[in-house]
Amino acid sequence: MNFFTHLGRFLLMIKQMITKPENWKLYWKELMHQCVEIGIRSVGIVAVISIFLGAVTTVQTAYQLVSPVIPRTVIAVIVRDNIILELAPTLTCVVLAGVVGSRIASELGNMRISEQIDALKIMGINTKAYLIMPKILAALIVVPCLVILAAVLGIWGGQVAGGISGILPFETFYQGLLEDFIPYNVFFALTKSYTYAFIISSIPAYYGYYVEGGSLEIGRAGTKSVIVSCILILLADYALAALLL
Amino acid sequence: MIEIRNIHKSFNEKTVIDDVSATFEAAKCNLIIGASGSGKTVLMKCIVGLFEPDNGDILYNNENFTKMPESGRKELRQKIGMLFQGSALFDSMTVEQNVMFPLDMFTKLSTSQKQKKVNEVLERVNLKDANKKFPSEISGGMKKRVGIARAIVLNPQYLFCDEPNSGLDPKTSLVIDRLIKEITTEFNMTTIVNTHDMNSVMEIGDKIIFMYQGKKEWEGSNQDIIFSKNDNLNNFIFASEFLQDAKDMRMLELKGKIKENRNMDDLTQ
Repeated sequence: MNFFTHLGRFLLMIKQMITKPENWKLYWKELMHQCVEIGIRSVGIVAVISIFLGAVTTVQTAYQLVSPVIPRTVIAVIVRDNIILELAPTLTCVVLAGVVGSRIASELGNMRISEQIDALKIMGINTKAYLIMPKILAALIVVPCLVILAAVLGIWGGQVAGGISGILPFETFYQGLLEDFIPYNVFFALTKSYTYAFIISSIPAYYGYYVEGGSLEIGRAGTKSVIVSCILILLADYALAALLL
Repeated sequence: MIEIRNIHKSFNEKTVIDDVSATFEAAKCNLIIGASGSGKTVLMKCIVGLFEPDNGDILYNNENFTKMPESGRKELRQKIGMLFQGSALFDSMTVEQNVMFPLDMFTKLSTSQKQKKVNEVLERVNLKDANKKFPSEISGGMKKRVGIARAIVLNPQYLFCDEPNSGLDPKTSLVIDRLIKEITTEFNMTTIVNTHDMNSVMEIGDKIIFMYQGKKEWEGSNQDIIFSKNDNLNNFIFASEFLQDAKDMRMLELKGKIKENRNMDDLTQ
């Protein structure tokens, strides 16, 4: 299958999933379930990665800024902007593409292979709406929250690392955080996070939903979905930066 | 009643179903039999709408399913129950939740009413005390029974069973066959069963359609099959010498040449 066949089928999938639910209550339940699966279950990994990213960014920025004419608060400014603009949205979502993406692809792939999707279809349920839409909506709800959490924890990690290693005191770091703060950067980070949320939920859903074959193909679909999601995240990263900054 | 007319289906230019027409009667077990790869599963999937036939018409009580809009199909599908080859139970749900799922989705019954209905259906398929178990915790035969319970919980008019005996021992297969037969009569359903199990054919085959290389090769009842002169059918059904002998014996019985209730002493004389 060529690129355009995949694109056409993907767009059709998105179009067909937008219908009136057969039962609002069950769809809501599924949405909440997905919010827990995608959001709550990813908090741990996002927290660990963000704290260490913030810490490493602080240490490495301080290592590079050796000039005595540059005030130490600049370290905090750089850490803050780096985390808000790039590390929190992009890196968090690349990690989520692996964690959440492979789970979505394997879940749907397994449902396809074991005929569970056919069973739902036989009952008269729009399988794309019931299985894919809640995942995408849940990602759109929780991924921006995770990105905000990642940004907060990243900056905190940077502050702690700076303080513990003696690079710059907590107060200086805090002072730097307030310097030249541009609120638009937060808007930009959230725009990125919504775009990535759509990518990391819809691409694995596509690969999982249309899997053919056996368990080997489920694994391949998972791998392929993570690779494609990561590439699309980086492409979107560049496109959004070029368009919005 | 379900009627199919001139169904044709091919995948990548390979014809899998070639101009098949048949009628499946209500309150009867209609069997589609044939060797692996003969097209019976594809035919069943075409009838239920999981595959779109390239040509032909499928009529449910004279309503043309192939020409129906999606809304009409959705409505009709609520009258269809299907037991899949691998049971297709939802892994993340318990037995009870699996059976309750169609009720949750399509009815406005209260929780207690739904619970009552689920218990009734599970009792009907002889499955008590398994309500809280997950599919991974029950046997293959139990999974099939849960599949049947889920398929009949909305009182469907049409029941489809794809290889209901696959992976089951002969005794459990017989239990499943009899259950399908009983509920077909009880609920006055049009039941279509895909199988290549000789026991099922003889046990529940009110009407049998034999598929061979994508075509309908033979049609009749489980009584007619014994006397069939169709070589492909005979080669398929009575593949082993043992079964051929059994068939010959049965023919002699039916012709009255030997006693039907004979015992081993009769045979050794």
